[in-house]
Amino acid sequence: MTDIATYNFAYLDEQTKRMIRRAILKGIAIPGYQVPFASREMPMPYGWGTGGVQVTASIIGPDDVLKVIDQGADDTTNAVSIRAFFKKVANVAVTTDTASATIIQTRHRIPEHPLTAGQVLVYQVPIPEPLRFLEPRETETRKMHALEEYGLMHVKLYEDIAKHGRIATTYAYPVKVEGRYVMDPSPTPKFDNPKMHRSPALQLFGAGREKRIYAVPPFTAVVSLDFEDHPFEVQTFDQPCALCAAENVYLDEVILDDHGGHMFVCSDTDHCEKRRADGHRGHLAPETHLASETHPASETMEPAQ
Amino acid sequence: MDIAAQSIEGGFADPVFNAQTVFRAVMDAMARPGSVQPLPAFARPPAPLSASAGAIALALCDNDTPLWLDPALQASIAIKSWLGFHTGAPLANTPADAHFALIATPAEMMSLDGFSQGTQDYPDRSTTLILHVSDLVSGTPLLLEGPGIETSATIAPAQMPRHFVEQWKQNIKRFPRGVDIILATADGIACLPRTTRIKTMEA
Repeated sequence: MTDIATYNFAYLDEQTKRMIRRAILKGIAIPGYQVPFASREMPMPYGWGTGGVQVTASIIGPDDVLKVIDQGADDTTNAVSIRAFFKKVANVAVTTDTASATIIQTRHRIPEHPLTAGQVLVYQVPIPEPLRFLEPRETETRKMHALEEYGLMHVKLYEDIAKHGRIATTYAYPVKVEGRYVMDPSPTPKFDNPKMHRSPALQLFGAGREKRIYAVPPFTAVVSLDFEDHPFEVQTFDQPCALCAAENVYLDEVILDDHGGHMFVCSDTDHCEKRRADGHRGHLAPETHLASETHPASETMEPAQ
Repeated sequence: MDIAAQSIEGGFADPVFNAQTVFRAVMDAMARPGSVQPLPAFARPPAPLSASAGAIALALCDNDTPLWLDPALQASIAIKSWLGFHTGAPLANTPADAHFALIATPAEMMSLDGFSQGTQDYPDRSTTLILHVSDLVSGTPLLLEGPGIETSATIAPAQMPRHFVEQWKQNIKRFPRGVDIILATADGIACLPRTTRIKTMEA
């Protein structure tokens, strides 16, 4: 406990937490609406998840189990450092196992393992305003949300079709929440959009630099925008994961050499490791048994001290 | 006990963790309307402010949030000084200025549209009402639907405001503007965010 003595629990001071908590409650009451909040400086640069960290810090308690993912992976820099941050300032248990986490902070993926009621998914959001690249003025976008004036977004998707023959947006694909607000699902691949629809988990979104918090309560309609003749569809992959042979999951391309060699592997490392532990093997999976070569970050739950 | 002592006693024993526990209960209740979240009695405010409503005020209110008290609470100097000491929240002059409203006798309360509804541009600037109810089972059953509810949920809060179902319909029509309600019993809370639709069960 000596490590956390110099900080308040979970780093933020109590007045900041109250302010963020009030914003979260309003966000839940108005699904998809971006609630302004007084974002604080955090001990990490903007763009590294300061919004998500502030949301997590405001909701986390000593009994929570935290998982942090970065593009689906538990073992990349952002995920490791945020997990270490909360272990240090809140002394909470951390895990890489999706099912046993109570709070999952994510940068741009939704885990493959289905989320359950009682779990909270906290997104790190760089640009919360889905209309920002179409209309740079905050005063105008705010009015567009107020008047439910989303024609411009459909024009943008239509221009995609006119140019490319299909809707070319593949990430940060705009959604409509409960038939009212158009919302940026943060730059998750559109592959994950259907998982947001009527998810049993509470989804909270924090944008630190842009100072916005928004939310999607459980069992809330989240519909990706599309056209009758160009319906929304997710990415498909023509091969399974090279390590665990999983199909219908989101895959990352990994370059193997400078002769064009590459492989596709699960972006969700926890999901991939669990499948390999269960004996699923892809065509590039090493021959040796996997116990010796799992990711160091992925072992078990690290309990609070 | 004199008022000075009364106003100092009865706050959170462990401010950081008690506030977090109370907030998580409110957050879960708001995210799952109609579910009843247990709330331990962390605060001991002067009567007639209930322990759970007092705890919610301590967890969420501070000098940024004007607070409105209904006439029953307004009459008590002890309550005003207890809230003032523990939260620092200023008292709102009118209900329309309030971020939070504490209501001890919902059956006699003013209509919901008297509170701040937020604006079309900033619907979050509306009042959150904290209503004392004696229980959530003995009143008129309310069938709830909407975000946060898988199919439907039922609560039957006692002593609700007059013509509540009709008033709530109007509140929903104002969406995204509108008030949100936290129902506080002695040992638990339930929430009605502005998105929740009510169907009365009486056929």
